[in-house]
Amino acid sequence: MDRPCLPVDSSHLLRAGRRLMLFAPVVLTACSGGVLDPRGPVGHDEVQIMGDALAIMLAVVVPVILMTAAFAWWFRASNTRAKYLPDWSHSGQIELVVWFIPLLVILLLSGVIWTGSHTLDPAQPLRSKAAPLEVQVVSLDWKWLFIYPAQGIASVNSVVVPAGTPVHFSLTSASVMSAFFVPQLGSMIYTMNGMTTQLNLAADRPGTYPGRSSHYNGEGFSDMHFALTALPPAGFAAWVAAARAGPTLDAARYQQLERQSVNVRPATYGSVAPRLFDAIVTQRLAPAPGPQLATAATVQPRIPRTK
Amino acid sequence: MNLLGKLTWAAIPIDSPLPIISSLVVGTAIVGVLGWVVVKGYFPYVWREWLTSVDHKRVGVMYCLLALVMLLRGFTDAVMMRTQQALAFRSDGYLPPEHYNQVFSSHGTIMIFFVAMPFVIGLMNFVVPLQLGIRDVAFPTLNSVGFWLTATGALLVNISLVVGEFARTGWLPYPPLSELAYSPGVGVDYYLWALQISGVGTLLTGINLVTTILKTRAPGMSLLRMPMFCWTSLASNLLIVAAFPVLTATLAMLTLDRYLGFHFFTNDAGGNVMMFMNLIWAWGHPEVYILILPAFGIFSEVIATFSSKPLFGYRSMVLATMAICVLAFMVWLHHFFTMGAGADVNAFFGIMTTIIAVPTGVKVFNWLFTMYGGRIRYEPPVLWAIGFIITFVIGGMTGVLLALPPVDFLLHNSLFLVAHFHNVIIGGVLFGVFAGYTYWFPKAFGFRLHSGLGKAAFWFWLVGFYVAFMPLYVLGLLGMTRRMQHYDVAAWRPWLLVAAGGAALILVGIVLLIVQLVVSIRRREELRDVDGDPWNGRTLEWATPSPPPVYNFAVLPEVSGDDAYWTTKQSARDAHPPAYGPIELPRNSPTGIVCAFFATVMGFALIWHIWWMVVVGFFGAWATFVVFAWRDQVDDILGADEVERIDRDAHRGTRAPALAGAAA
Repeated sequence: MDRPCLPVDSSHLLRAGRRLMLFAPVVLTACSGGVLDPRGPVGHDEVQIMGDALAIMLAVVVPVILMTAAFAWWFRASNTRAKYLPDWSHSGQIELVVWFIPLLVILLLSGVIWTGSHTLDPAQPLRSKAAPLEVQVVSLDWKWLFIYPAQGIASVNSVVVPAGTPVHFSLTSASVMSAFFVPQLGSMIYTMNGMTTQLNLAADRPGTYPGRSSHYNGEGFSDMHFALTALPPAGFAAWVAAARAGPTLDAARYQQLERQSVNVRPATYGSVAPRLFDAIVTQRLAPAPGPQLATAATVQPRIPRTK
Repeated sequence: MNLLGKLTWAAIPIDSPLPIISSLVVGTAIVGVLGWVVVKGYFPYVWREWLTSVDHKRVGVMYCLLALVMLLRGFTDAVMMRTQQALAFRSDGYLPPEHYNQVFSSHGTIMIFFVAMPFVIGLMNFVVPLQLGIRDVAFPTLNSVGFWLTATGALLVNISLVVGEFARTGWLPYPPLSELAYSPGVGVDYYLWALQISGVGTLLTGINLVTTILKTRAPGMSLLRMPMFCWTSLASNLLIVAAFPVLTATLAMLTLDRYLGFHFFTNDAGGNVMMFMNLIWAWGHPEVYILILPAFGIFSEVIATFSSKPLFGYRSMVLATMAICVLAFMVWLHHFFTMGAGADVNAFFGIMTTIIAVPTGVKVFNWLFTMYGGRIRYEPPVLWAIGFIITFVIGGMTGVLLALPPVDFLLHNSLFLVAHFHNVIIGGVLFGVFAGYTYWFPKAFGFRLHSGLGKAAFWFWLVGFYVAFMPLYVLGLLGMTRRMQHYDVAAWRPWLLVAAGGAALILVGIVLLIVQLVVSIRRREELRDVDGDPWNGRTLEWATPSPPPVYNFAVLPEVSGDDAYWTTKQSARDAHPPAYGPIELPRNSPTGIVCAFFATVMGFALIWHIWWMVVVGFFGAWATFVVFAWRDQVDDILGADEVERIDRDAHRGTRAPALAGAAA
């Protein structure tokens, strides 16, 4: 998934904070669609928290590593200048300090956890003047179906959103558990049959961001990726208009789609069977089938890897 | 009805040469060793003294041997994964998904259940009764049964290599993928029965060791005089007793789904996969501490002994151990922050998780202050311990990072997570058992392991670990998810190549451990441990000859302070000839191995739906217990004269002058 490497602009650097420099060796290669190259508010904030927490802990961890090396070296048996305290085995002051140092670190981190868990709860709507775009996501074996209820269109293995506008994803699975993840936009979330999970993300600028299933889900797992494309608002409107010319995702086409297959080419549908997502969540549409066994075979058959 | 259930010739993977070849090699090796034992006439000895032994020391050694053998199998899987990912950039590599997915599933299952668990349990079995100053565990025959049931599980996992297939669902079989609808093959069934049978064994061992530690200590050995390793063993076994029934119940529910059409975790008919996640991790997180706590105990013993000082802050250490033991049950949800539980729940479990860093941090500081003011002798066990401290604080730090829900939303299921848990399991558990293995080897066999080769193995393991797993942290930050059979992101490739290089270094480390063992056996005379105390130890196991006689202590020691043996050595009381008396010894019994034979038959038959054979296996195992329960003679009595003769022989090197003086 090579794409041109965008230069990191200064506002990004300011937002991510100088602590990002702790990851300096990694940042050099961060244009691969990794989490340290965030392109949306959720990812930005999460990387910020990662940097903060890391800095807090390194303040203790680095001295401990240095102390270990120093003690181990100085108190080697061959060092005659080191003092030997054969019976020294407790000290109230030291023990008080060694309980309090980690306790203080954890107190600090607990604050970070409590606020971070609430502000970055995946179900929490993003603060924005624009109304969020609704997208319904269905994980299938092994492809992604995206339904746009307001626009009445759908797409497979490719999701297009307007840049700068919050997107509210409702997610479910037609078969096994998977997880929806666009590393550069932030939070991932599981998809489960018979249940809906919520995720709010936004892309700051136009671009194409790789996404994949971040939960192992069977033979076609490694190929279960998709592209999230953020377009300028006008471009998004044009894409929706173009998609409307596509075929209808009716019951027959959905049944074709829900069968196990890999490397399904991205496609769009001009219209969708009404309330398809609800039908999957409420199991009015039965869960998608697993591998089809010709006989009472005992060893699971190979999935045909051509498409 | 088919007499062999689902079993047909199609179950043998003739078309994929790799498992066939490897299992032929392993099979030939096993048959070769067995043949050699029989031809040389050693079989009666092996049967009488080892396979049917109920001596905790022998059982402990057999546990460790099983772990070492399975380490080779699990490591082979690891090498296959590393090479596959190094090759599979924009290509399929050499392992197709249906094979690769079995490889990572069996790697995790084997490394946790059949390497880490038996190694840790083996060391506890061997050491705890010696440190407590007693003659055996509370229930010796049960101990043997526990070991053999663990071996049954390991055997079933290996049979899956040639007959059928192993699970392709990861080391924890998350439904609905592991349900019949999505995994119709026998792979998940192999997983379920291997773990159910070995899980029973683990639970029996847990009950046994808890009882041993709480009820059968030597006179004067109060709880707060127990060596640190006994405390961590107690905590670990309490966790086993509390957590393993949860695993058994969870897997039993999945089994009912697969065999009898229940709907605990299915998509349809009201099943709920989230319940599986909660249950499996209610066991799974304590499991982590079941493994790491005994390792902490080993490091406490090793650091104190080789620093020639008592452990610093003993009471703090006990408190920290028991705090971890309790907290272990309050953090399971951090394994699925990304399931959408809501902010309050995620925050609570995030904070609970980081709180565990407090007692763990205290332990690290106490080890540091144990070294402070010491005279550290650089033998291999202490190298493993220092390598552990540095590696483990890094792994602990990344663990706390992942305990922050907002960070976990980015890194969950990524190679960053894989790097983290290998960081604490290799850097913590594995380094710990290697330290324990080198430390107690002379006690078990009467000669030390070669020191130079041990140091070389340590350095290859340490450097190999960093080269293999630091790139995985980077890959996780680059967005790489775990368990990928192939990928097409160019930026990942160099890091995966480096990681494969690290695996090669670890391979050298493993080879050096094997060479060390062979060389040490050949040079055992020059490495002989004459006085039973090769490291100038502080605890009671070093008061016995190496190897200890079957009864451990000719006369039960009277404990009058901390660091029992050190105090004794300081006051040199041992010079008096002891007053010998007759000793009751539990009789060796084939109950364990016979019961495990029938359990293997039953497990295999359940996997392949060979119902008549299930009945045979079940009643065989049950009948074995009935026969055992009806035994006439419970104990053998070793007379006082015999004890005196053995004890004088064993101590000839050290005590002869004292004894001669006393006799004159």
